[in-house]
Amino acid sequence: MSTKNIMIVGVGGQGSLLASKLLGYLLMSEGYDVKVSEVHGMSQRGGSVVTYVRYGEHVASPVIDEGEADSIVSFELLEAARTLPFLKKDGTIVTNIQQIDPMPVITGAAEYPENLVEKLRSTGAKVDAMDCVALAREAGSVKAVNLVLLGRLSHYFDFPDEAWDRAIEACVPARFLEINKKAFALGRAN
Amino acid sequence: MKELMLGNKAAARGLYEAGVCFASSYPGTPSTEITEELAKYDDVYSEWAPNEKVAMEAAFGASLAGRRSFCAMKHVGLNVAADPLYTMSYTGVNAGLVIAVADDPGMHSSQNEQDSRHHAIASKVPMLEPSDSAEALAYAKLAFEISEEFDTPVLLKMCTRVAHSQSVVETGERTVPEKTYNKDIAKYVMMPGNAKRRHPFVEERTKKLTGYAESSGINRVEMGGRDLGVITSSTSYQYVKEVFGDSISILKIGMAYPLPVEMIRDFASKVKKLAVVEELDPIMEEHVRALGIEVSGKDILPICGEFSQNLVAKALGGEVHTGRSLSETLPMRPPVMCPGCPHRGLFYTLKKLNCTVLGDIGCYTLGAVPPLGAIETTLCMGASVSSIHGFNKVLGEESEGKTVAVIGDSTFMHSGMTGLANIAYNGSNSTVIILDNSITGMTGHQQNPTTGYNIKGDPAGKIDLEALCRSMGFDRVAVVDPYDLAACEKVIREELASPAPSVIISRRPCALLKYVKRKPPLGVNKDKCVGCKSCMRIGCPAISIKGGRAEVDETLCVGCGVCTQLCRFDALKSAEKEA
Repeated sequence: MSTKNIMIVGVGGQGSLLASKLLGYLLMSEGYDVKVSEVHGMSQRGGSVVTYVRYGEHVASPVIDEGEADSIVSFELLEAARTLPFLKKDGTIVTNIQQIDPMPVITGAAEYPENLVEKLRSTGAKVDAMDCVALAREAGSVKAVNLVLLGRLSHYFDFPDEAWDRAIEACVPARFLEINKKAFALGRAN
Repeated sequence: MKELMLGNKAAARGLYEAGVCFASSYPGTPSTEITEELAKYDDVYSEWAPNEKVAMEAAFGASLAGRRSFCAMKHVGLNVAADPLYTMSYTGVNAGLVIAVADDPGMHSSQNEQDSRHHAIASKVPMLEPSDSAEALAYAKLAFEISEEFDTPVLLKMCTRVAHSQSVVETGERTVPEKTYNKDIAKYVMMPGNAKRRHPFVEERTKKLTGYAESSGINRVEMGGRDLGVITSSTSYQYVKEVFGDSISILKIGMAYPLPVEMIRDFASKVKKLAVVEELDPIMEEHVRALGIEVSGKDILPICGEFSQNLVAKALGGEVHTGRSLSETLPMRPPVMCPGCPHRGLFYTLKKLNCTVLGDIGCYTLGAVPPLGAIETTLCMGASVSSIHGFNKVLGEESEGKTVAVIGDSTFMHSGMTGLANIAYNGSNSTVIILDNSITGMTGHQQNPTTGYNIKGDPAGKIDLEALCRSMGFDRVAVVDPYDLAACEKVIREELASPAPSVIISRRPCALLKYVKRKPPLGVNKDKCVGCKSCMRIGCPAISIKGGRAEVDETLCVGCGVCTQLCRFDALKSAEKEA
């Protein structure tokens, strides 16, 4: 198979590292060659953060370029829009509808764009948008947004439930396991 | 066992398997995790040193003592450690000594984009350059072999995309070779007479290493289509493979210095067109051109920034992927200080007082970003303290009354102390603010000599900043809590007005530290809020204006309460208290 590409995007501090760790574990256990690329340091401080997950028979580049992402998983709506150029023609965006104002919006130098989900869809992109914060809260913690998103993303893969379960158990600390499993289930069901 | 492993963790694993016994580093993105991962092995002694020069010299001592030793740093850290490096090239080693240096093309978290291969060339120290995690592991082990075989320190060059990408590795067992220390003045005392005899040794060694580069297999040829031949290394090799697979021929360089000669001549003779694909400076390209071989490189590829597969495809005629975009311009999302960051209150106050602020390297560099916009300079580690002295000496009293240097606790220990000594010794009436958040923050929470804990989190020696500054001759040392805006303002006014140089320690632990208890998020009383936007002036990402009233994002707010001190209408309250 050719290499498949998943981008995880959001705002520094939203928990995208756990999402990429879990996907990496899952894809390895399914027998793929995998590369995961992330950026640490300055950009983690509330800036746009991007993680690349690539898998296939043999993966060369650690990054995903414009027009290459099969799936974009976004923790925040504006970041989904920012990443649109990376989406493959027939790719899918799975996004949380949460809006976090970036500093230029907070200071009044720019405005947060309106109706982003509709605008994204008008480009022909397939957009699966949901209120992950509400579902995470329902699961027991607003921090479980990442597992809600992964639950939703799991729709687009053929991996069995048990494979996802094993990955969650391997990557999530035991004391948060119940909340995270619930969050994943809610994301998958909705 | 096969594992998906971060490049830095894989390097650490390779060092571990090679029997490294001693590691001393100063954290710096993207190098930090190598040493953090080494610290997880109980049979390796590891530590955070105050700076890279100290780390490298400590590793030198451990190598002399007969154990394989290691230090890691980011590219600019190697400038700090260049002094020992260039002469260690002459002394050579006893047990193997490996130095990891991590470049940051694209400057994800750095103040410049320098290419550390220049240091390898200038110091005449061999440099290995892995292109993924498996090579990071293998080359880390190999580096120790080369170090002992050729009697030289060896540089292991990482870059952001190798250091911070995970790929599959296979781990092995650890073996620990040991040597004994023998006194050898001619080899280890680099006074002129001895150094004169060591320099020819270095030149001879480089010749031998060039032979190694030709024949050892560290550099390899992957013949494919012969219309195009590409010489490449590191992550650039992966981009070339991504675009062209086996359809072109590749000379994959694993040893960045010294470069092979015959291998390149031979490869060039077999392909119709030759190109070098390397990030940053045209080092391999100039080496090839100096051999009289026609080659393209920076004429078709950029010298600035990172590469990617599309960029390589565009330059070399591969398939370029394109995407779509929205027609409107999206607001940028630059990094900002975290909610609850103790630096915020201090920078708010400095801006309010219209101070001239000379900055340094750390999270607090973000004090230059709107709306705080307080910091006016950032150069390198420690430069705030050294440069305020020169600034004030030239501009005199007027400047002394309104200029401050700001520097973090870890950066102060790294190279702020010597600048402070200069202020004390040569007498400028300067005001230095140490932003003591009790951790090395920017690189992800490493301990330092002021925190009282070592790399493993165990209790360790703790330098008392107040006592240190007083002992250096500063009679005025004030401590203030940056969450208390009124106290901050009072202290800064007093110290700027004082006739003697002073140090202000702005002390509160980083809000992201696990032991720092978060308070419940604040809420806005919409009846009291008049939408005056006073609370917006601190640039907290948790506060925004929605429908003409302030709103606090409960997922971001940590309840620090700095914003409540700006609200004249008592509209910002703890949600808990309000209920």
